[in-house]
Amino acid sequence: MLAKRIIPCLDIKNGQTVKGIQFEQLRFAGDPVVLAELYARQGADELVLLDITATVEARNTFADLILRTAKVLDIPFTVGGGIDSIAAVEALLRAGADKVSINSAALKRPELINELAQEFGNQCIVVAIDANVEVDGQWYAYLNGGRIATDRKVIDWAIEAAERGAGEILLTSMAQDGTKDGFALELTRAVSEAITIPLIASGGAGTMHHFADVFVQGGADAALAASVFHFGEIKIPALKHFLNAHGIPVRQNQ
Amino acid sequence: MEVVIIKYNAGNVQSVQYALDRLGVRAVWSDDPATIRGADRVIFPGVGAAKPAMAYLKAAGLDDVIRGLKQPVLGICLGLQLFCTHSEEGDTDCMGILPNSVRKFVPCGGQKVPHMGWNTLTTRSGLLFEGVASDAYFYFVHSYYATEGASTVGSTDYLLPFSAALAWDNFYAVQFHPEKSGAVGQRVLQNFLFG
Repeated sequence: MLAKRIIPCLDIKNGQTVKGIQFEQLRFAGDPVVLAELYARQGADELVLLDITATVEARNTFADLILRTAKVLDIPFTVGGGIDSIAAVEALLRAGADKVSINSAALKRPELINELAQEFGNQCIVVAIDANVEVDGQWYAYLNGGRIATDRKVIDWAIEAAERGAGEILLTSMAQDGTKDGFALELTRAVSEAITIPLIASGGAGTMHHFADVFVQGGADAALAASVFHFGEIKIPALKHFLNAHGIPVRQNQ
Repeated sequence: MEVVIIKYNAGNVQSVQYALDRLGVRAVWSDDPATIRGADRVIFPGVGAAKPAMAYLKAAGLDDVIRGLKQPVLGICLGLQLFCTHSEEGDTDCMGILPNSVRKFVPCGGQKVPHMGWNTLTTRSGLLFEGVASDAYFYFVHSYYATEGASTVGSTDYLLPFSAALAWDNFYAVQFHPEKSGAVGQRVLQNFLFG
Protein backbone atom coordinates (compact mmCIF):
# COMPACT_ATOMS: atom_id res chain seq x y z
CA MET A 1 0.00 0.00 0.00
CA LEU A 2 1.22 3.50 -0.82
CA ALA A 3 2.69 4.96 2.37
CA LYS A 4 1.86 8.37 3.78
CA ARG A 5 5.05 10.44 3.66
CA ILE A 6 6.79 12.31 6.49
CA ILE A 7 8.85 15.23 5.19
CA PRO A 8 11.19 17.33 7.36
CA CYS A 9 11.90 20.80 5.96
CA LEU A 10 15.24 22.57 6.37
CA ASP A 11 15.43 26.35 6.09
CA ILE A 12 18.78 27.32 4.57
CA LYS A 13 20.38 30.73 4.76
CA ASN A 14 23.79 31.37 3.21
CA GLY A 15 24.37 27.63 2.97
CA GLN A 16 23.63 26.98 6.67
CA THR A 17 20.55 25.67 8.43
CA VAL A 18 18.92 28.49 10.31
CA LYS A 19 17.40 28.38 13.76
CA GLY A 20 19.42 26.50 16.30
CA ILE A 21 18.61 22.91 15.60
CA GLN A 22 18.52 20.46 18.44
CA PHE A 23 18.82 16.99 17.07
CA GLU A 24 19.62 13.92 19.13
CA GLN A 25 21.50 15.99 21.69
CA LEU A 26 23.60 17.46 18.91
CA ARG A 27 23.34 21.10 18.05
CA PHE A 28 23.72 21.95 14.39
CA ALA A 29 24.53 25.53 13.75
CA GLY A 30 25.86 24.34 10.50
CA ASP A 31 25.92 21.96 7.64
CA PRO A 32 22.50 21.03 6.24
CA VAL A 33 24.02 18.02 4.47
CA VAL A 34 24.85 16.34 7.78
CA LEU A 35 21.34 16.97 9.06
CA ALA A 36 19.75 15.77 5.81
CA GLU A 37 21.65 12.49 6.04
CA LEU A 38 20.62 12.01 9.66
CA TYR A 39 16.95 12.54 8.82
CA ALA A 40 17.23 10.05 5.98
CA ARG A 41 18.73 7.47 8.31
CA GLN A 42 15.94 8.06 10.83
CA GLY A 43 13.33 7.22 8.22
CA ALA A 44 12.31 10.54 6.66
CA ASP A 45 10.57 9.73 3.38
CA GLU A 46 11.66 12.88 1.57
CA LEU A 47 13.25 16.19 2.47
CA VAL A 48 12.57 19.77 1.49
CA LEU A 49 15.45 22.25 1.42
CA LEU A 50 14.22 25.82 1.35
CA ASP A 51 16.57 28.66 0.40
CA ILE A 52 15.48 31.67 2.41
CA THR A 53 18.14 34.00 1.06
CA ALA A 54 17.79 36.10 -2.05
CA THR A 55 21.23 37.29 -3.16
CA VAL A 56 22.94 35.84 -6.22
CA GLU A 57 25.98 34.79 -4.18
CA ALA A 58 23.78 32.90 -1.74
CA ARG A 59 22.09 31.18 -4.71
CA ASN A 60 25.43 29.81 -5.86
CA THR A 61 26.18 28.60 -2.35
CA PHE A 62 22.77 26.91 -2.37
CA ALA A 63 23.43 25.15 -5.70
CA ASP A 64 26.70 23.84 -4.30
CA LEU A 65 24.85 22.62 -1.21
CA ILE A 66 22.33 20.78 -3.41
CA LEU A 67 25.17 19.03 -5.21
CA ARG A 68 26.70 17.87 -1.94
CA THR A 69 23.30 16.77 -0.62
CA ALA A 70 22.53 14.77 -3.78
CA LYS A 71 25.80 12.88 -3.47
CA VAL A 72 25.02 11.54 -0.01
CA LEU A 73 21.22 11.35 0.10
CA ASP A 74 19.52 8.11 -1.02
CA ILE A 75 15.95 9.42 -0.67
CA PRO A 76 14.24 12.08 -2.83
CA PHE A 77 14.49 15.76 -2.01
CA THR A 78 12.77 18.93 -3.15
CA VAL A 79 14.36 22.37 -3.27
CA GLY A 80 12.56 25.68 -3.15
CA GLY A 81 12.95 29.38 -2.53
CA GLY A 82 12.87 32.16 -5.08
CA ILE A 83 12.78 29.85 -8.12
CA ASP A 84 11.40 31.82 -11.07
CA SER A 85 12.79 30.48 -14.36
CA ILE A 86 13.59 27.42 -16.47
CA ALA A 87 17.30 28.21 -16.05
CA ALA A 88 17.02 28.22 -12.25
CA VAL A 89 15.20 24.88 -12.26
CA GLU A 90 17.68 23.37 -14.69
CA ALA A 91 20.63 24.32 -12.48
CA LEU A 92 19.02 22.76 -9.38
CA LEU A 93 17.95 19.56 -11.15
CA ARG A 94 21.38 19.24 -12.73
CA ALA A 95 22.90 19.56 -9.28
CA GLY A 96 20.84 16.54 -8.29
CA ALA A 97 17.56 17.81 -6.80
CA ASP A 98 14.62 15.50 -7.54
CA LYS A 99 11.91 18.16 -7.51
CA VAL A 100 11.61 21.92 -7.29
CA SER A 101 8.99 23.90 -5.46
CA ILE A 102 7.70 27.16 -6.93
CA ASN A 103 5.45 29.64 -5.19
CA SER A 104 5.44 33.42 -5.80
CA ALA A 105 6.74 33.19 -9.36
CA ALA A 106 3.84 30.88 -10.28
CA LEU A 107 1.28 33.26 -8.76
CA LYS A 108 2.80 36.18 -10.65
CA ARG A 109 2.98 34.27 -13.94
CA PRO A 110 1.00 30.98 -13.90
CA GLU A 111 2.30 30.00 -17.39
CA LEU A 112 5.60 29.23 -15.66
CA ILE A 113 4.02 26.00 -14.36
CA ASN A 114 3.18 24.89 -17.93
CA GLU A 115 6.67 25.78 -19.15
CA LEU A 116 8.44 23.92 -16.34
CA ALA A 117 6.18 20.84 -16.62
CA GLN A 118 6.75 20.76 -20.38
CA GLU A 119 10.51 21.09 -20.01
CA PHE A 120 11.16 18.82 -17.02
CA GLY A 121 8.02 16.68 -16.57
CA ASN A 122 5.13 17.05 -14.10
CA GLN A 123 6.73 14.76 -11.55
CA CYS A 124 9.37 17.26 -10.52
CA ILE A 125 7.22 20.40 -10.29
CA VAL A 126 5.76 21.10 -6.86
CA VAL A 127 3.53 24.17 -6.54
CA ALA A 128 3.67 25.56 -3.01
CA ILE A 129 0.69 27.56 -1.76
CA ASP A 130 0.84 29.76 1.34
CA ALA A 131 -2.77 30.04 2.50
CA ASN A 132 -4.49 32.35 4.93
CA VAL A 133 -8.07 33.21 5.87
CA GLU A 134 -9.41 36.64 4.94
CA VAL A 135 -12.20 38.57 6.64
CA ASP A 136 -14.70 37.01 4.23
CA GLY A 137 -13.89 33.63 5.79
CA GLN A 138 -12.28 32.32 2.58
CA TRP A 139 -8.74 30.98 2.13
CA TYR A 140 -6.49 32.97 -0.24
CA ALA A 141 -2.99 32.36 -1.63
CA TYR A 142 -0.23 34.70 -0.45
CA LEU A 143 2.92 35.95 -2.16
CA ASN A 144 6.48 36.57 -1.03
CA GLY A 145 6.67 34.25 1.94
CA GLY A 146 3.19 35.14 3.10
CA ARG A 147 3.68 38.91 3.11
CA ILE A 148 1.37 39.89 0.25
CA ALA A 149 -2.22 38.76 -0.19
CA THR A 150 -3.60 37.89 -3.64
CA ASP A 151 -7.17 37.59 -4.85
CA ARG A 152 -6.69 33.93 -5.74
CA LYS A 153 -8.76 31.50 -3.68
CA VAL A 154 -6.63 28.54 -2.54
CA ILE A 155 -8.84 25.77 -3.95
CA ASP A 156 -9.19 27.47 -7.36
CA TRP A 157 -5.44 28.08 -7.48
CA ALA A 158 -4.64 24.46 -6.53
CA ILE A 159 -6.95 23.18 -9.29
CA GLU A 160 -5.40 25.58 -11.83
CA ALA A 161 -1.85 24.62 -10.81
CA ALA A 162 -2.69 20.93 -11.25
CA GLU A 163 -4.28 21.59 -14.66
CA ARG A 164 -1.21 23.55 -15.74
CA GLY A 165 1.01 20.56 -14.96
CA ALA A 166 2.03 20.60 -11.29
CA GLY A 167 2.87 17.10 -10.07
CA GLU A 168 2.13 17.89 -6.45
CA ILE A 169 0.78 20.67 -4.21
CA LEU A 170 2.52 21.79 -1.01
CA LEU A 171 -0.13 23.55 1.06
CA THR A 172 0.95 25.65 4.04
CA SER A 173 -1.63 27.15 6.35
CA MET A 174 -0.14 30.44 7.54
CA ALA A 175 -2.75 30.67 10.28
CA GLN A 176 -1.43 27.42 11.76
CA ASP A 177 2.26 27.78 10.92
CA GLY A 178 4.39 27.84 14.06
CA THR A 179 1.42 27.44 16.41
CA LYS A 180 1.84 23.69 17.01
CA ASP A 181 -1.97 23.58 17.29
CA GLY A 182 -2.39 21.10 14.48
CA PHE A 183 -2.77 21.27 10.70
CA ALA A 184 -5.64 23.13 8.99
CA LEU A 185 -7.74 20.00 8.55
CA GLU A 186 -10.79 21.40 6.77
CA LEU A 187 -8.71 23.35 4.28
CA THR A 188 -6.44 20.35 3.67
CA ARG A 189 -9.42 18.05 3.12
CA ALA A 190 -11.09 20.53 0.76
CA VAL A 191 -7.95 20.98 -1.38
CA SER A 192 -7.09 17.27 -1.38
CA GLU A 193 -10.58 16.37 -2.62
CA ALA A 194 -10.51 19.09 -5.28
CA ILE A 195 -7.34 17.81 -6.99
CA THR A 196 -6.20 14.45 -8.35
CA ILE A 197 -2.47 15.04 -7.72
CA PRO A 198 -0.79 14.37 -4.36
CA LEU A 199 -1.06 16.95 -1.56
CA ILE A 200 1.59 17.73 1.06
CA ALA A 201 0.15 19.45 4.14
CA SER A 202 2.28 21.89 6.12
CA GLY A 203 1.92 24.23 9.08
CA GLY A 204 0.85 23.54 12.63
CA ALA A 205 2.39 20.16 13.50
CA GLY A 206 2.85 19.92 17.25
CA THR A 207 2.02 16.36 18.29
CA MET A 208 1.95 12.91 16.73
CA HIS A 209 -1.85 13.04 16.83
CA HIS A 210 -1.72 16.07 14.52
CA PHE A 211 0.01 13.95 11.88
CA ALA A 212 -2.59 11.19 12.23
CA ASP A 213 -5.35 13.80 11.93
CA VAL A 214 -3.97 15.38 8.77
CA PHE A 215 -3.76 11.98 7.06
CA VAL A 216 -7.13 10.63 8.22
CA GLN A 217 -9.30 13.75 8.51
CA GLY A 218 -7.31 16.03 6.21
CA GLY A 219 -6.82 13.46 3.45
CA ALA A 220 -3.20 14.57 2.95
CA ASP A 221 -0.78 12.32 1.08
CA ALA A 222 2.25 13.67 2.93
CA ALA A 223 2.92 15.92 5.92
CA LEU A 224 5.74 18.42 6.23
CA ALA A 225 7.13 19.93 9.42
CA ALA A 226 10.26 21.68 10.61
CA SER A 227 10.68 22.68 14.24
CA VAL A 228 9.08 19.62 15.88
CA PHE A 229 11.72 17.53 14.16
CA HIS A 230 14.61 19.97 14.50
CA PHE A 231 14.13 20.37 18.24
CA GLY A 232 13.64 16.66 18.78
CA GLU A 233 10.09 17.11 20.10
CA ILE A 234 8.95 14.42 17.71
CA LYS A 235 11.32 11.71 16.57
CA ILE A 236 10.62 10.21 13.16
CA PRO A 237 10.91 6.52 14.17
CA ALA A 238 8.50 7.08 17.08
CA LEU A 239 6.11 9.01 14.79
CA LYS A 240 6.14 6.22 12.21
CA HIS A 241 5.48 3.67 14.96
CA PHE A 242 2.59 5.77 16.28
CA LEU A 243 1.01 6.19 12.83
CA ASN A 244 1.40 2.50 12.08
CA ALA A 245 -0.32 1.64 15.37
CA HIS A 246 -3.19 3.89 14.28
CA GLY A 247 -3.62 1.97 11.05
CA ILE A 248 -1.98 4.59 8.83
CA PRO A 249 0.36 3.06 6.24
CA VAL A 250 3.90 4.40 6.67
CA ARG A 251 7.29 3.15 5.61
CA GLN A 252 9.13 1.73 8.59
CA ASN A 253 12.85 2.29 8.40
CA GLN A 254 14.70 -0.62 6.83
CA MET B 1 33.80 -3.84 -13.60
CA GLU B 2 32.84 -1.51 -16.45
CA VAL B 3 29.39 0.01 -16.01
CA VAL B 4 27.90 2.23 -18.70
CA ILE B 5 24.92 4.52 -18.20
CA ILE B 6 23.28 5.21 -21.56
CA LYS B 7 23.38 8.87 -22.54
CA TYR B 8 20.24 10.20 -24.22
CA ASN B 9 17.74 13.03 -23.91
CA ALA B 10 15.77 11.64 -20.95
CA GLY B 11 18.56 10.20 -18.87
CA ASN B 12 18.21 11.04 -15.19
CA VAL B 13 21.89 10.33 -14.80
CA GLN B 14 23.00 12.32 -11.79
CA SER B 15 21.26 10.45 -9.01
CA VAL B 16 22.01 7.04 -10.56
CA GLN B 17 25.67 7.97 -10.85
CA TYR B 18 25.76 9.16 -7.22
CA ALA B 19 24.12 5.90 -6.07
CA LEU B 20 26.79 3.92 -7.93
CA ASP B 21 29.49 6.13 -6.39
CA ARG B 22 28.13 5.23 -2.96
CA LEU B 23 28.57 1.56 -3.92
CA GLY B 24 32.14 2.27 -4.97
CA VAL B 25 31.33 1.62 -8.65
CA ARG B 26 32.56 4.01 -11.30
CA ALA B 27 30.20 4.38 -14.23
CA VAL B 28 30.76 5.87 -17.67
CA TRP B 29 28.02 7.99 -19.24
CA SER B 30 28.06 7.20 -22.95
CA ASP B 31 26.10 7.07 -26.20
CA ASP B 32 28.93 5.37 -28.10
CA PRO B 33 27.74 1.95 -29.39
CA ALA B 34 31.15 0.28 -28.95
CA THR B 35 31.49 1.55 -25.37
CA ILE B 36 27.95 0.40 -24.53
CA ARG B 37 28.47 -3.04 -26.14
CA GLY B 38 31.77 -3.49 -24.32
CA ALA B 39 30.39 -2.82 -20.83
CA ASP B 40 29.92 -5.52 -18.18
CA ARG B 41 26.67 -3.92 -17.05
CA VAL B 42 24.46 -1.33 -18.78
CA ILE B 43 22.02 0.96 -16.99
CA PHE B 44 19.24 2.73 -18.88
CA PRO B 45 17.61 5.31 -16.57
CA GLY B 46 15.02 7.82 -17.63
CA VAL B 47 12.77 10.62 -16.55
CA GLY B 48 10.52 12.46 -18.99
CA ALA B 49 8.19 11.67 -21.85
CA ALA B 50 8.23 8.49 -23.96
CA LYS B 51 7.77 10.02 -27.41
CA PRO B 52 10.75 12.42 -27.60
CA ALA B 53 12.92 9.83 -25.85
CA MET B 54 12.09 7.11 -28.42
CA ALA B 55 12.54 9.56 -31.30
CA TYR B 56 15.98 10.48 -29.98
CA LEU B 57 17.04 6.85 -29.46
CA LYS B 58 15.91 5.86 -32.97
CA ALA B 59 17.63 8.81 -34.62
CA ALA B 60 20.86 7.92 -32.82
CA GLY B 61 20.48 4.19 -33.64
CA LEU B 62 20.62 3.46 -29.92
CA ASP B 63 17.38 1.42 -29.95
CA ASP B 64 19.09 -1.25 -32.08
CA VAL B 65 22.22 -1.09 -29.94
CA ILE B 66 20.18 -1.65 -26.75
CA ARG B 67 18.06 -4.43 -28.30
CA GLY B 68 21.22 -6.28 -29.31
CA LEU B 69 22.93 -6.18 -25.90
CA LYS B 70 23.91 -9.52 -24.38
CA GLN B 71 25.19 -8.44 -20.95
CA PRO B 72 22.82 -7.61 -18.05
CA VAL B 73 20.91 -4.38 -18.74
CA LEU B 74 18.80 -2.50 -16.16
CA GLY B 75 16.05 -0.06 -17.20
CA ILE B 76 14.78 2.36 -14.57
CA CYS B 77 11.40 4.18 -14.61
CA LEU B 78 10.96 5.56 -18.17
CA GLY B 79 13.75 3.12 -19.09
CA LEU B 80 11.44 0.24 -18.12
CA GLN B 81 8.59 1.71 -20.17
CA LEU B 82 10.78 2.17 -23.26
CA PHE B 83 11.71 -1.56 -23.10
CA CYS B 84 8.00 -2.40 -23.58
CA THR B 85 6.11 -2.76 -26.87
CA HIS B 86 4.02 0.38 -26.89
CA SER B 87 3.19 3.32 -24.61
CA GLU B 88 -0.06 5.25 -24.40
CA GLU B 89 2.08 8.28 -23.61
CA GLY B 90 2.10 10.07 -26.96
CA ASP B 91 0.94 6.79 -28.65
CA THR B 92 4.58 5.71 -28.89
CA ASP B 93 6.01 2.49 -30.30
CA CYS B 94 8.79 1.46 -27.92
CA MET B 95 11.68 -1.01 -28.21
CA GLY B 96 9.69 -4.21 -27.83
CA ILE B 97 12.34 -5.95 -25.74
CA LEU B 98 9.71 -6.85 -23.15
CA PRO B 99 6.23 -8.05 -24.21
CA ASN B 100 4.33 -5.67 -21.87
CA SER B 101 2.56 -2.48 -22.87
CA VAL B 102 2.41 0.87 -21.06
CA ARG B 103 -0.84 2.57 -20.05
CA LYS B 104 -1.89 5.72 -18.26
CA PHE B 105 -3.13 5.65 -14.67
CA VAL B 106 -6.62 7.08 -14.26
CA PRO B 107 -7.07 8.67 -10.81
CA CYS B 108 -9.98 7.15 -8.89
CA GLY B 109 -11.44 7.01 -5.40
CA GLY B 110 -9.03 9.48 -3.84
CA GLN B 111 -5.97 7.69 -5.22
CA LYS B 112 -3.85 10.37 -6.86
CA VAL B 113 -1.81 10.41 -10.07
CA PRO B 114 1.19 10.55 -10.31
CA HIS B 115 1.66 7.44 -8.16
CA MET B 116 4.17 9.23 -5.96
CA GLY B 117 5.93 7.99 -2.88
CA TRP B 118 6.91 4.75 -1.17
CA ASN B 119 5.08 1.54 -1.95
CA THR B 120 5.56 -2.16 -1.37
CA LEU B 121 5.54 -5.00 -3.89
CA THR B 122 2.78 -7.59 -3.51
CA THR B 123 4.75 -10.34 -5.24
CA ARG B 124 8.30 -10.49 -6.45
CA SER B 125 11.00 -13.01 -7.27
CA GLY B 126 14.41 -13.41 -8.81
CA LEU B 127 17.86 -11.93 -8.74
CA LEU B 128 16.97 -8.27 -8.18
CA PHE B 129 15.20 -8.92 -4.87
CA GLU B 130 17.63 -11.33 -3.21
CA GLY B 131 18.15 -10.32 0.41
CA VAL B 132 15.36 -7.72 0.31
CA ALA B 133 12.64 -8.02 2.99
CA SER B 134 9.22 -8.93 1.56
CA ASP B 135 7.60 -5.83 3.08
CA ALA B 136 10.30 -3.41 1.84
CA TYR B 137 9.21 -0.05 0.46
CA PHE B 138 10.48 1.46 -2.80
CA TYR B 139 10.18 5.00 -4.10
CA PHE B 140 7.90 5.44 -7.12
CA VAL B 141 6.96 8.48 -9.17
CA HIS B 142 5.12 7.84 -12.43
CA SER B 143 1.82 8.45 -14.24
CA TYR B 144 2.13 5.53 -16.69
CA TYR B 145 2.56 1.85 -15.82
CA ALA B 146 3.58 -1.38 -17.53
CA THR B 147 0.93 -4.11 -17.66
CA GLU B 148 1.55 -7.47 -16.02
CA GLY B 149 2.74 -10.43 -18.06
CA ALA B 150 5.11 -13.37 -18.27
CA SER B 151 8.13 -11.12 -17.74
CA THR B 152 6.76 -9.57 -14.53
CA VAL B 153 8.98 -10.38 -11.54
CA GLY B 154 7.50 -7.79 -9.18
CA SER B 155 3.95 -6.42 -8.88
CA THR B 156 2.59 -3.42 -7.08
CA ASP B 157 -1.07 -2.67 -6.53
CA TYR B 158 -1.96 0.99 -7.02
CA LEU B 159 -5.29 1.71 -8.70
CA LEU B 160 -4.66 -1.72 -10.27
CA PRO B 161 -1.88 -4.33 -10.22
CA PHE B 162 1.03 -3.32 -12.48
CA SER B 163 4.60 -4.41 -13.20
CA ALA B 164 6.99 -2.88 -10.67
CA ALA B 165 9.83 -5.06 -11.94
CA LEU B 166 10.41 -7.02 -15.14
CA ALA B 167 13.03 -9.52 -16.26
CA TRP B 168 13.50 -11.20 -19.63
CA ASP B 169 16.75 -12.95 -20.62
CA ASN B 170 19.50 -10.44 -19.82
CA PHE B 171 17.11 -7.49 -19.51
CA TYR B 172 15.93 -6.24 -16.12
CA ALA B 173 13.72 -3.25 -15.44
CA VAL B 174 12.21 -1.52 -12.41
CA GLN B 175 9.48 1.11 -12.30
CA PHE B 176 10.64 2.39 -8.89
CA HIS B 177 13.83 4.36 -8.37
CA PRO B 178 16.42 2.11 -6.67
CA GLU B 179 18.81 5.09 -6.54
CA LYS B 180 16.28 6.92 -4.32
CA SER B 181 14.95 3.97 -2.33
CA GLY B 182 17.37 4.02 0.59
CA ALA B 183 19.14 0.85 1.68
CA VAL B 184 16.70 -1.52 -0.09
CA GLY B 185 17.24 0.30 -3.37
CA GLN B 186 20.97 0.04 -2.90
CA ARG B 187 20.57 -3.70 -2.42
CA VAL B 188 18.64 -4.00 -5.71
CA LEU B 189 21.43 -2.15 -7.53
CA GLN B 190 24.02 -4.39 -5.88
CA ASN B 191 22.07 -7.49 -6.92
CA PHE B 192 21.99 -6.27 -10.50
CA LEU B 193 25.67 -5.32 -10.57
CA PHE B 194 27.18 -8.25 -8.71
CA GLY B 195 24.43 -10.92 -8.67
